[in-house]
Amino acid sequence: MTGEARELKPYNNRAWFMVLPVFLIVAFSAVLPLMTVVNYSVQDTFGNNTFFWNGIGWFKELLDPNSELGGRFIDALGRNFLFSFLILAIEIPLGIAVALSMPRQGVAVSISLVLLALPLLIPWNVVGTIWQVFGRSDIGLLGWTLTGLGIDYNYVSGVLAAWITIILMDVWHWTSLVVLLCYAGLRAIPDAFYQAARIDGASRWAIFRAIQLPKISRVLVIAVLLRFMDSFMIYTEPFVVTGGGPGNATTFISIDLVKIALGQFDLGKAAALSIVYNLIILTVCWVFYTVMTHVENAERRVQL
Amino acid sequence: MKSSRIVLLVYIVFLMLPIYWLVNMSLKTNSEITGPLTLWPTQITFQNYVKIFTDSSWYMGYVNAVLYVLINTVISVVLALPAAYAFSRYRFVGDKHLFFWLLSNRMAPAAVFALPFFNLYQAVGLFDTVWAVALAHCLFNVPLAVWILEGFISGVPREIDETASIDGYSFPRFFGRIFIPLIANGIGVAAFFCFMFSWVELLLARTLTATNAKPISAIMTRTVSAAGMDWGLLAAAGVLTIIPGAVVIWFVRNYIAKGFALGRV
Repeated sequence: MTGEARELKPYNNRAWFMVLPVFLIVAFSAVLPLMTVVNYSVQDTFGNNTFFWNGIGWFKELLDPNSELGGRFIDALGRNFLFSFLILAIEIPLGIAVALSMPRQGVAVSISLVLLALPLLIPWNVVGTIWQVFGRSDIGLLGWTLTGLGIDYNYVSGVLAAWITIILMDVWHWTSLVVLLCYAGLRAIPDAFYQAARIDGASRWAIFRAIQLPKISRVLVIAVLLRFMDSFMIYTEPFVVTGGGPGNATTFISIDLVKIALGQFDLGKAAALSIVYNLIILTVCWVFYTVMTHVENAERRVQL
Repeated sequence: MKSSRIVLLVYIVFLMLPIYWLVNMSLKTNSEITGPLTLWPTQITFQNYVKIFTDSSWYMGYVNAVLYVLINTVISVVLALPAAYAFSRYRFVGDKHLFFWLLSNRMAPAAVFALPFFNLYQAVGLFDTVWAVALAHCLFNVPLAVWILEGFISGVPREIDETASIDGYSFPRFFGRIFIPLIANGIGVAAFFCFMFSWVELLLARTLTATNAKPISAIMTRTVSAAGMDWGLLAAAGVLTIIPGAVVIWFVRNYIAKGFALGRV
């Protein structure tokens, strides 16, 4: 919808009638609830549905690392960033490597695509369940093997083991997304490029740097942003496996938020946390949007 | 060439192992699961599956999940079609902002919406119905469908619209007879992704249902009982939630990347 093509598009405000149904249903689902959240975030209650004005008190507490709530928030935020960083550092190179090793034609392509996509289609709590079982030393293959090798592995009590489990789970769950995106980018490279490279006697690495990497850089940006956003919002999978433990070692913002909101019904705190959390996501989302439209513009210019 | 295939092979084995383990467990009896570890079922039992298909408190979970997923998919795609067309073909007041606002809802964390949705759907009397979950999932699926369809529609040259209008087609006739068949692939992909994202979501589905409309993914937690964990049953229920995705994935295999990238690849 952007770029040079915009200039050719007719300006017509009656198009709003076609957008209106979408606008109404999303507004009903998004704006109304967010208004409640904003409302709660500036009030406090002693129960019995009586509320009084608390101004920006909750926000002050939330952003003050010395308070109980603020400390929790900063810790969870740090864990979120660490988690996102680690999974990106593993999933992006691994995804590229697997995409490069995909077959280029035949039935093998279809079969690989279907097998790769399978983890992406599993309900998130089932993903959690699969890994919860898989990692147990009594009934799970992974835990049993590791214990059999004499490694002390128990994700319920060990912080390191818990982190390794959820990172391995996320790599298992989402690396295929990176693979599929990169593969789509690689497929767009004409065979003539490879033939030319072969005639020049280019090495495998040279082909990757000069031909393949530039072609997938665009989809890689999309992959990084999508993975960052989704991993930043992660809730179900670690919740099922570790429940946020041991202690608070794997309590991410989402998990903490649900605990405060639906567990303790601490509405003011939860609402203030929701708003700050949402603002972070919104900022990343804006980067994503800008990159998307920028890339599309650049592409159209090349085509024209 | 050969060595690079090994990377793919090892990766696929890594993907399949945990799934195999789940299938393996679902075919065992509980005494075999908790006994010494066996790599495959020594005596295959289908008892776990029989239990799910005969106990209404179990299979209703699938019925509920399928119901709200289907309702949600239909609403999302039907509403998104004209909007995606408008975004692709026209400029209008606030179009860019609206498009971004839609995206921001696709990316919004479900945890933020859990409590307000709980209040909202209780207030309008839809709590614990499949409609509550179907409508709640519109929050991210309608924007998703708009973005995916817009990507596909922008691939159709505008000359086709103009030619049809010169040939005397009215807009609704053009849209139904010519345009929809042209983007049939896109509609299929959008529907698949709406189906999928609604199917895999748990937090909202669990928060908005209590007893009558509970989806299977939330019922699964019930296997923890006084008598200990019913692992076989849990595994069988898990396997059955994988099947719908596995069945339809074949038809959209060439568009998976495009769908995940919101129609932008």
